Amino acid sequence: MLELKVASRLGTFELEAELDVADGEVMVLVGESGSGKSTLLRCLAGLLRPERGRIVMDGALWFDSERPAWLPAHERRVGVVGQDVALFPHLTAAENVAFGLRAQRTPATERRRRTAAALERLGIAALAARKPHQLSGGQQQRVAIARAIVLEPRLLLLDEPFSALDAASRRAIRAELRKLLDELECATVYVTHSPAEALSFGECIIVLEAGRVSQVGTREDLMRSPRSPYVAEFLGVNLFRGTLTGPEPRGAGDRARIALPQGELAIAERGGSGDTAIVVRPREITLALERPTGTARNVFEGAIEELVPEPPDGELVRVSLATQPPLIAEVTRQAVSALALAPGRRVFASFKAAGVIVVGEQGEPPLGA
Amino acid sequence: MTEAAIRSPRPSLARFGVLAASTLLLGFLALPFIGLLLRVSPGEVLARLARPVVIDALRLSFITSVAATAVVVVLGIPVAWLLATREFPGKRVVEVLVDLPMVLPPTVAGFALLMAFGRAGLGGRALAALGISLPFTTLGVVVAQVFMAVPFMVGPARASFASLDPKLLDAAATLRARETFTFFHVALPLAMPGLLAGVAMSGARSLGEFGATITFAGNLPGTTQTMPLAVYVALQSDLDAAVALSVLLLVMAFGLLLGLRSAPAGSFWGRRDARAQSR
Amino acid sequence: MNRVHRRTLVLVASLALLLGTVPAHGAADAAKPLEVYAAASLADAFNELGRLFEQRQPGIRVRFNFAGSQQLATQIEQGAAADVFASADERWMDYAKERGLVVGEPTLFVHNRLVVIVPKTNPARIGRLQDLAKGGIKLVLAADAVPVGRYSRTVIRNLSRIEGFPADYAPRTLKNVVSEEENVKSVVSKVQLGEADAGFVYRSDISPAIQRYVRLFEVPASANVVAAYPIARVKDARAPEAAKAFLDLVLSPEGQQVLERHGLMPLAANGP
Repeated sequence: MLELKVASRLGTFELEAELDVADGEVMVLVGESGSGKSTLLRCLAGLLRPERGRIVMDGALWFDSERPAWLPAHERRVGVVGQDVALFPHLTAAENVAFGLRAQRTPATERRRRTAAALERLGIAALAARKPHQLSGGQQQRVAIARAIVLEPRLLLLDEPFSALDAASRRAIRAELRKLLDELECATVYVTHSPAEALSFGECIIVLEAGRVSQVGTREDLMRSPRSPYVAEFLGVNLFRGTLTGPEPRGAGDRARIALPQGELAIAERGGSGDTAIVVRPREITLALERPTGTARNVFEGAIEELVPEPPDGELVRVSLATQPPLIAEVTRQAVSALALAPGRRVFASFKAAGVIVVGEQGEPPLGA
Repeated sequence: MTEAAIRSPRPSLARFGVLAASTLLLGFLALPFIGLLLRVSPGEVLARLARPVVIDALRLSFITSVAATAVVVVLGIPVAWLLATREFPGKRVVEVLVDLPMVLPPTVAGFALLMAFGRAGLGGRALAALGISLPFTTLGVVVAQVFMAVPFMVGPARASFASLDPKLLDAAATLRARETFTFFHVALPLAMPGLLAGVAMSGARSLGEFGATITFAGNLPGTTQTMPLAVYVALQSDLDAAVALSVLLLVMAFGLLLGLRSAPAGSFWGRRDARAQSR
Repeated sequence: MNRVHRRTLVLVASLALLLGTVPAHGAADAAKPLEVYAAASLADAFNELGRLFEQRQPGIRVRFNFAGSQQLATQIEQGAAADVFASADERWMDYAKERGLVVGEPTLFVHNRLVVIVPKTNPARIGRLQDLAKGGIKLVLAADAVPVGRYSRTVIRNLSRIEGFPADYAPRTLKNVVSEEENVKSVVSKVQLGEADAGFVYRSDISPAIQRYVRLFEVPASANVVAAYPIARVKDARAPEAAKAFLDLVLSPEGQQVLERHGLMPLAANGP
């Protein structure tokens, strides 16, 4: 069980975060580069000492600025797998994996047994005698993972481990890692900037923006009510900025409008005016081959740019539309084949005014959710 | 203008300049050595080798430079590691101190050593209490050599340690390795090419040490007259002996530098050259 | 011609012009300096003689190279551009004469004697010359190739033959040698610094400045050597006229007075 609460100066802003991760749980840490994710990870690993705060792991005090207490990295039961693999180039894969066991003076027989088991677990037993430069990127990452888990860490930190791999390797190893993490008993913090990874790994997602936690929740929570433009953009919902123009009498009842550079949207009633950001969840968008005549107030016409099946099994498909403004819709696989959707096809995208969510800047709760 | 003329002018002049500079410099460096080698035949050199004065000088040079290099390595590597991995108050001073013998004229260094470790010096009196006297002794020769050779070890060693990927050192820490373990199992093996270069340079410097030796330790065949001193003495009365000894020194230094520089770089960790590898 | 050739030509031409101006500059300077190669023990005396010479012969600069006579002889043999050679013993002047390096017959121009010095603090508690044979004494001599080095060894041998000194004085004393210096000034400095317990040097080396740091022991006349210094003009000298004039000055009464002032023994005052 990891309990963290730290605050530290980070360049031009303050890092301030609080999170808890239970044993066996995977928490996904998401944020732009420079938002403080790697710093937070370094604090957890024991490589960086924050200014204020407390880190407790399984009841053991790893850091406390009050006492003060600080457990250095080599005394923490933490495993780290980073984006740049950091395998020791002068050691074979097996020696790399055995490194930590040697460092803690594990007897030779036990060392050999555990090393072999870890290599086997990651499916790289045959590569044991190879040096890192003789391994592919994916294989290197497996060695790095084996090296970390062979020590049975209480906390596993994964810092964008697959971002340097090509898409195919990434997909393959991601699935394996998912399975592996399910079996491990340690708490895991998984940092990523890939929405797909965040969605597939994280039961719980924590979003870091400029050093502050802007949102914590499950993926459903985040997709339902994104708290900041960054979160919305990250999850691939349609985000727009525009000027709110006051309610006008138009048709039935009062409606407000948002003026975007590319056009206008009708949204549900709300007071006030000024610059605002709005979100249209892809699921709210309906696609049709002819202009719809129903109650949807917002209709846009455009050609399909791309069709991307959503992980993990492609039941839902993301459709990028070259409309003004550009939109991303989410439809079922059946819908795609029913309408014979393909890149280049002109379609009508529509959504109700009620389907538009007004988003506050970070920290503000959304309105009209 | 033809296409060739349009394409070539700038690069050609630069290339010519580089070629000219290289030829000039290499010629300048090689000529004295070639001149020396042409002066005497291998047979003559071997004949001189049998003389007791030469054997004494050879033995003395070998013993003292090996001892001095060993001291420099054992004391210099930890200092290099500290300089490469830590900040601490007074670090600037330490850096200057370590580099100082390199910029000091050797005779001045020898004189300074005399002031410190001579009979009347602070260090000298402390050593005398332990029954150790340095001037006029072989130990004094080693001390003079150590003093002059230190920068040649610490410099390359520090650069080598500093160029280690800090991520590897961090990784070692997260793998339960204390700093000593990381030092011996990660830093040392990976920094080895640079360290060996440092050993070669400081060894060669010890071998060629003259000014500080003759000023601090004196000049006595069999006790303090190393090869460079023997050459100096021979130059004044027996030129052929001087040439033979110089050739011998030259061959030893050449062998030392060549041997220690060419072996590791290619074979370590399957990388041909650290720079050639794309990261 | 294309651009490359033109640039190269300009480069070469400028270089040639630059180099061409150098000899022109050299040729304008008619008076060459007088190069005097003299034994280290003559430094103080010759420096004064040099100043005197420059006053008498305006336009001529005198440059000195003071070192062990063995070193000077070898350098001249290797082609060093000396005009005058003054050695501290006849051995190295003969060496130069045999190799045809000097013009005419060398002339003896001054004498010198040896003395023994110890540091003022006298760490080895040396009270008389016999003490030099005691075990553990740090004795510094010049190397045998250096005139004063050979003289020192001769004196030590002589001492073992006279009354009051043990028969094995020479071997025991020579065993105490801890360093063989390349010129007499190095011997002086080792004693002056207090590193050596004793050293054999020339009487002329005991200037007032040195006197402050050392104590003197006279060598009995019966055992002492009279060092005879020859001087000669070097063959193929660049400034032969000036060389001759310098020799004349050295041998003149005035020159001899200068030498005497610096602790050397002029020819006329010679005697055991």
